[in-house]
Amino acid sequence: MSPSAATAPIPTTTTTSTVDYPPSSPRPPALTVRQLSKYYGPILGCRDVEFEVAPGEALGIIGESGSGKSTAMRCIAGDHDATSGRITMGTVGDGHTDILTMSPSDRRALRVKDIAVVYQDPSEGLDLGVSAGGNIADRLTAAGWRNFGRIRERAAELLERTEVPLDRMDDPVRTFSGGMRQRVQLAKALANRPPLLLLDEPTTGLDASVAAGVLDLIRDLLEETGVGAVVVSHDFKVIEMLTRRCLVMHQGHVVEQGLTDQLLEDPQHPYSQRLVGAARG
Amino acid sequence: MTVLDALPSVEHAAVLDESSKREIRRAILTAIAVPGYQVPFGSREMPVARGWGSGGLQLTLAIVGPDDVVKVYDQGEDGGVNAANLRRLIRRSEGVETTTDPRQATVIQTRHRVPEDELRADQTLVLQVPVPEPLRGVERDMNELRRMHAEGDYSKMWVSLYEDLVRNGVITETTGYPCLVGGRYVIATTPIPRWDVPPLHQAAFLSLFSAGREKRIYAIPPYTDVEPLTFEDVPFEVEKVSARCRCGLVVPDGDLQSYQVEIPQQDGSSVWACSDTDWCTRQRVEAGLLDPSAITETEVDL
Repeated sequence: MSPSAATAPIPTTTTTSTVDYPPSSPRPPALTVRQLSKYYGPILGCRDVEFEVAPGEALGIIGESGSGKSTAMRCIAGDHDATSGRITMGTVGDGHTDILTMSPSDRRALRVKDIAVVYQDPSEGLDLGVSAGGNIADRLTAAGWRNFGRIRERAAELLERTEVPLDRMDDPVRTFSGGMRQRVQLAKALANRPPLLLLDEPTTGLDASVAAGVLDLIRDLLEETGVGAVVVSHDFKVIEMLTRRCLVMHQGHVVEQGLTDQLLEDPQHPYSQRLVGAARG
Repeated sequence: MTVLDALPSVEHAAVLDESSKREIRRAILTAIAVPGYQVPFGSREMPVARGWGSGGLQLTLAIVGPDDVVKVYDQGEDGGVNAANLRRLIRRSEGVETTTDPRQATVIQTRHRVPEDELRADQTLVLQVPVPEPLRGVERDMNELRRMHAEGDYSKMWVSLYEDLVRNGVITETTGYPCLVGGRYVIATTPIPRWDVPPLHQAAFLSLFSAGREKRIYAIPPYTDVEPLTFEDVPFEVEKVSARCRCGLVVPDGDLQSYQVEIPQQDGSSVWACSDTDWCTRQRVEAGLLDPSAITETEVDL
C-alpha cells in the first residue's frame, strides 16, 4: 500500500448528461402542500401555505427575510416539524400519504430517495472535511450504492456536469470557493435522481458573476433533469430566471400567486407591488 | 501486599459479588438476543486498571462456573504479564482450572487475537475491547450515534471507507475492522487483526465483547453472519506477510498459515513469528522439532 496521492482512478465521462428523467406525462403533482402552518412557540413562522408543484415544474417562493418562505421549505424538507398541515408527494406511497405523519426515520429515508435540498450555506448540505466525491458518495451509499467503481463514475459525471474541475474531486470541500461549494451541493443533490429538489437561496452570498454562473447551471439542470423544484429566494432575478410560477409570501402568509412574468409586470397585492417596485428600483 | 494476598484462599472469595455477576449476565443475554447491539452495563471497579482488560475480566468472572477451564492470552501470547496476572486472578477468585491450550478451555479471554485453532460450540470467546463504538471516528455526538445505529444509517461509515480508498488506494483499517452482524448492527471487531475476522462469520462458538471503561457489552451468537464492510468491487483482504515464521513451519501461501507478527531485534533487523505462541509450540512438537518434555508448566500460584 502506498500512502501517496489519489491512486483511485478518476473515470472519464461522456459529455452527454446522464442526469435525466422520463418525459413528463399526466402524473400526480410531484408535491402538494395543504394548509401548512408552523409556529415557533407563540411566534408565527408560516400559516396556511398551499401550493402544488407538477412533475418537472419549478415553483418560486419569494418574500423578504422573515416572511416564512424558508420555514415552509424546511417543513417540507423535514428539517423542521410543521405545526399542522398536509404534504403529499406523487412518488411517495400511493400519492396520498401525508409525509408529515411519517416516522422520523421514514422522513429521513425520504430525504435520501425523494427530496434533495440545496442550502444557502454549503456547510448545511455538505461535510466540508470530506472530499467532493465523498460528499456525493454519502448520498449514493445512503441510497444503497455499494460499488466503488460505479460511485466514482457517477460522482465524476456529476462534477463534470456541474463544472467542478475533476482534478479537485478528491480534495476536501473546505478548500473550495463559495461558488464551487454550491456546485458540489447541486451535484450531490442530483446524485440519485430525486423527483423533488428544494433550493433555499442557492446563490445568495455569492458575488454577482459567480452567482450568475451558478444560476445558469441550475436553470440548465432543471431543464435537463426534469426534476420538480421549489426555489426559495428574496431575489426577483433568481425567481424570474428559474421559475414560471411563483408565490409571494409576507408575514407568514401567501399574499399572491401567479405566473412569474405576469406577477412581475402587474403585481396586485400592495406588498407585491412594493417588492417589485423595490426590485425594479 | 497485593490484592491476591488479601484474598483468603477459601471458596467465594470472589473479586466480583454475585449480584454484580447477575447484572452482567443479564446484559450478556440482551447482547445475545440482539446481535451486535451495544448493551450498557454497570462496569465495576476491578483490581486491574480500566483499559487493561477490566471489561473482559468482569465478563469472564460472571460466566465461569466450577467446571470451566479458562485460558487468558494477550496478543496471542499466554506468557504476557497482563494475561498471566488475569489468569491467576480468575483462578484464585473463582477456583477454576486454567490452561494455555485453547482446545481444553471452555472460556477463552483474549486481547487482539482469536485462537488459530477452530473453536467449538461448547467454547466461549471473551474479547477485551478498548473502543466498542465503530462509528466513533466518523461521529462524535452520542445521540446522533444512537440514531444512526437505531436506523441502520451507516452511510458515514461508507463515506469514510470511500475516502480511505481514494486517498490510499486500499482500506487501511487494520484492527477493529467494521463488520455488519446478522445483517443489522455494525460492530467494531476491536481490536483483532483482519486475519481473525473471517473465523467469526457463522462461527460455532459464542463471542462476547466487553469494554470496561466504556461500559458496553456486545455479542456475536453462534452461527451469525459477520460481514466486513467493503464495496462490491473491492474485496476484503486479510494481512499477508511474505516472511516465514522462525518456527520454520509456517510459510506464506502454504498449507500451514497463521497470523505473523514482527519482532524487532537488537541489531535493528526483525524476524517474524507466529502470533499465537501456544499454537506455534504445538505445531513444532507435532513436527518433531521440539521435545515435548522441554515444555514445562512454569506457572505457579504465588
